[in-house]
Amino acid sequence: MKKTGAQILCESLIKEGVEVIFGILGGALLPVYDTLPQYPQLRHILVRHEQGAAHAADGYARVTHKAGVCIATSGPGATNLVTGIANAYMDSCPMVAITGQVGRPFIGKDAFQETDITGITLPITKHNYLVDDTAELARTVKEAFYIAQTGRPGPVLIDMPKDVQQEEVEFTYPEKVDLPGYKFVSRGHLAQIKKAVGRINKAERPVIIAGRGIVISQAYNELKELAEKAQIPVVNTLLGISSFPGAHILNFGMIGMHGMAYANMAVQNADLIIAAGMRFDDRATANTKRFAPQAGVIHIDIDPAEIGKNVPVDIPIVGDVKNVLKAINKQIERRDHLDWITQLDQWRREHPLLGHDQGNELLPQYVIRQIQEATQGNTIIVTGVGQHQMWAAQHFVYTKPNSFISSGGLGTMGFELPAAIGAKVAHPEEMVWSIAGDGGFQMTVQELGTIAQENIAVKIAIINNGYLGMVRQWQELFYERRYVDTKLWNPDFVKIAEAYNISGIKVKSREEVAPAIQKAMDHPGPFLIDFVVEPEENVYPMVQPGESLSRLLETPKPEMISSY
Amino acid sequence: MSLTNKKHTLVALVEDRPGVLNRVASLFRRRAFNIESIAVGRSEKPGLSRMTVVVDGNSAKIEQVRKQLDKLINVVRVTDITAEDIVTRELALIKVNATTATRSEIMQIVDIFRANIVDVASNSLTVEVTGDEDKVESMLELLRSFGVKEISKTGKIALTRG
Ligand SMILES: Cc1ncc(C[n+]2csc(CCOP(=O)(O)OP(=O)(O)O)c2C)c(N)n1
Ligand SMILES: [Mg+2]
Repeated sequence: MKKTGAQILCESLIKEGVEVIFGILGGALLPVYDTLPQYPQLRHILVRHEQGAAHAADGYARVTHKAGVCIATSGPGATNLVTGIANAYMDSCPMVAITGQVGRPFIGKDAFQETDITGITLPITKHNYLVDDTAELARTVKEAFYIAQTGRPGPVLIDMPKDVQQEEVEFTYPEKVDLPGYKFVSRGHLAQIKKAVGRINKAERPVIIAGRGIVISQAYNELKELAEKAQIPVVNTLLGISSFPGAHILNFGMIGMHGMAYANMAVQNADLIIAAGMRFDDRATANTKRFAPQAGVIHIDIDPAEIGKNVPVDIPIVGDVKNVLKAINKQIERRDHLDWITQLDQWRREHPLLGHDQGNELLPQYVIRQIQEATQGNTIIVTGVGQHQMWAAQHFVYTKPNSFISSGGLGTMGFELPAAIGAKVAHPEEMVWSIAGDGGFQMTVQELGTIAQENIAVKIAIINNGYLGMVRQWQELFYERRYVDTKLWNPDFVKIAEAYNISGIKVKSREEVAPAIQKAMDHPGPFLIDFVVEPEENVYPMVQPGESLSRLLETPKPEMISSY
Repeated sequence: MSLTNKKHTLVALVEDRPGVLNRVASLFRRRAFNIESIAVGRSEKPGLSRMTVVVDGNSAKIEQVRKQLDKLINVVRVTDITAEDIVTRELALIKVNATTATRSEIMQIVDIFRANIVDVASNSLTVEVTGDEDKVESMLELLRSFGVKEISKTGKIALTRG
């Protein structure tokens, strides 16, 4: 049967199992939006800025493992998506972004609201398409979802000229994709796995570094089995948080610039690193020349281009980390590594995280710990970028798989609110806390409108330190406290929430923290808490830029730099 | 793996679609890979083009180039054929100053190189030379003494022997 391009798009989305689309319409998308009411299965959530649509789709994707869908009109609508697409690309999130484009006869003429969005997004998408033949549209959508969701996931953009949306063609949805240039290996090479097993069996001081790949391939059980069977301590990258139970005795926390001292010490003293679904980001490795100097490296990743990109690897295994770990687990021996784990436990006791139970001031770390107490970890935490993100990473115990959602690779301030919307829309039955910076919150604050309009019951905790805190910390430590343009004049966030018909409360002292969190949790709808915290609290430990993971600033006093 | 820089010849089979060359070029720029030359044209397979890319770098870097290229959806296959037995060719058009006095000397050089004269004007000759990089370079070297007005060169193309 003949259908319009707009109908073909909607029907193809439904075939792909799409339930929610985040977006904003405009001239170049009117045919699509005019068609939407014919498909009530597709819930459209009207956001307030296209960046919010992309982050919401990203948050949705992270918690469902399905491609999130966002849609924007041509020109400024499309360019507003760019930050969100780049964010999804860096963190390997499946996403299909759809943009309206001027009609085909106008392309290349600098028509009103024409922009070369496929050109712009070339380096930040896994693939993109400009649909210039309506007959190709169904195949394009099919391919886009396939590419976005398989192998190493990522965003795919489809640019749709307005006249393609209007044109009628025969519609059949393809059963299969035919992509000769697209391949990924999901099973690891047997000989490599065998080599890895031999190495693991012989290791005296092995450490697993768990990355976001564990979450993406949902290899939680396989990781746990490997760790327990061979008694291997597990540390994680920022986005590896919640890939391994937070309270597990073999969990030695996060590595990297603001990682736990004992996690970094584990890596620096290990004789074998099993890097599972992580990409040796510089925030995780610090100075790569002095990273894990005593260790051989087994690197498991589905993307062959990640092997050897940043750090030399002894045994690469290309494949889906879930399959690879399964195969490894079958062959490895039971070990206990008692001396090694005892040593790590001792380091953990000697180098605890600081800052949450001192003095009378309202410390941000305390707020995070109180949210942990109140929720018992039974919530999804979505953070922005900055100090509050690091405190949320350090001080919350993530007992539930995939319960930490954060912008890692791109470090996008403003992610916290729209991504929380996406997570909550995907899992309305789950509690979702957005841990926001007072700076970042204001970058996407307009999404309070989306929350109000759709009654999305996210709980918002603003860690209000009155500063672009993480940058202020760098100014304090490396620019002799010259706080150039990091101090924020802030509005009354509770009043802002109230203006959007969202309840809120301001908290200024320790005693008020727990009751406020309880109030937020008891409240059926969205709720905002403005935690006015100690303004100049810093994130420790900290590896200074250029240093190795072995040189850590553990407390505010420089003489406390420890080397190990 | 060798850490010394060396010219590598990569051959990619790519889909013959608009924008593919742009994707490849964009990737090289974005990852700061250094392209010496790039040449594309139809291959024997319908819908596929063969692209020859010459890149400079150590083997780790070249391996990155190859893998990143291979990740592009429109790139069907990439091989580094540097170490293989290959035939390579470039083509150059060289417009060289020529007077009645020098014309015959230039024509002799052209003969020796089995090149062709493709255009004759009152004060210049345009020479077409085909061959591997060394041949084209030495020809150019010899013609320089007469005064080269313009050069237009293709990138290198390559096939494995046999
Ligand atoms: C979009 C964007 N702009 C700028 C930065 C640089 N930056 C990193 S952290 C930070 C401060 C964040 O301030 P806030 O949201 O208040 O969080 P805090 O560090 O105070 O917890 C800035 C400006 C960024 N990461 N993202
Ligand atoms: Mg702040």
